[in-house]
Amino acid sequence: MTINPDHVDGIDKGKIMLYALSTCIHCKQTRNLLDELHVAYDYLYVDKLNKEDMNSVLMDIEKFNPRGSFPTLVINNSKVIVGSRLDEIKEALG
Amino acid sequence: MISTVVSPEKVERRLKILDSEAKQSGYFLNPDMDFTRGLVEGLILNAERYGYESCPCRLSFGEKEKDLDIICPCDYRDDDLSEYGACFCGLYLSESLINKNSPAPVVPERRPSLHDRNLQPVNATIPGQLPYPVFRCKVCGYLCARTSPPEKCPICKADKDRFEIFI
Ligand code: SF4
Repeated sequence: MTINPDHVDGIDKGKIMLYALSTCIHCKQTRNLLDELHVAYDYLYVDKLNKEDMNSVLMDIEKFNPRGSFPTLVINNSKVIVGSRLDEIKEALG
Repeated sequence: MISTVVSPEKVERRLKILDSEAKQSGYFLNPDMDFTRGLVEGLILNAERYGYESCPCRLSFGEKEKDLDIICPCDYRDDDLSEYGACFCGLYLSESLINKNSPAPVVPERRPSLHDRNLQPVNATIPGQLPYPVFRCKVCGYLCARTSPPEKCPICKADKDRFEIFI
């Protein structure tokens, strides 16, 4: 995949990937929490991609979250948290 | 050019219209104004980039026919209001949730996946068998075919419990 997510520096808690939309308030809440926790993470605003990349990223997301909804947070390619379930995220990364 | 920030005046103007439309038809915007403004800003940005106000919390492909179900208010709002007391984004809340002073809950996505949306057959109606039940407002006679009656009658604002199954 040639699509490069944006990276935020912080404490290493494993590979954290956030699939988000730039207009989505729940995605924003999730990013705010990750920032507050000072963890290192990658994020991708899928709505900003061109259609081809959008389709391929959506296929990646659907492997973790079949509905393809946002935000989808993937921790270490295994744990998946769908929606701004802030307590769950805190627990997983705390 | 798509603006990345929407002016507060523009947000306020759109918010006012949405609020009065909601009230007129028996719906309620989320009283958490910062949250609601954030969503209205998303609606405005989507209108600018796609030409229609698609849901700020869902991925749009910029093709109106494929996004019809997620143009705000989306096809899923009322079912989510009935089941969770909030639409997927949390722009609309049920009156009971507002009275309880509860924040918008996390609502799971009801919209089918892209794959399932592409599979969806055109509804063929078998005579005598309806794809949806029809509900009737006992106050004003308003009829609607959907999975459950609306929170409030859009015509006379009667509450949900004034509806009966008609067909
Ligand atoms: S989930 Fe809420 S804000 Fe999003 S399109 Fe539906 S009604 Fe509008």
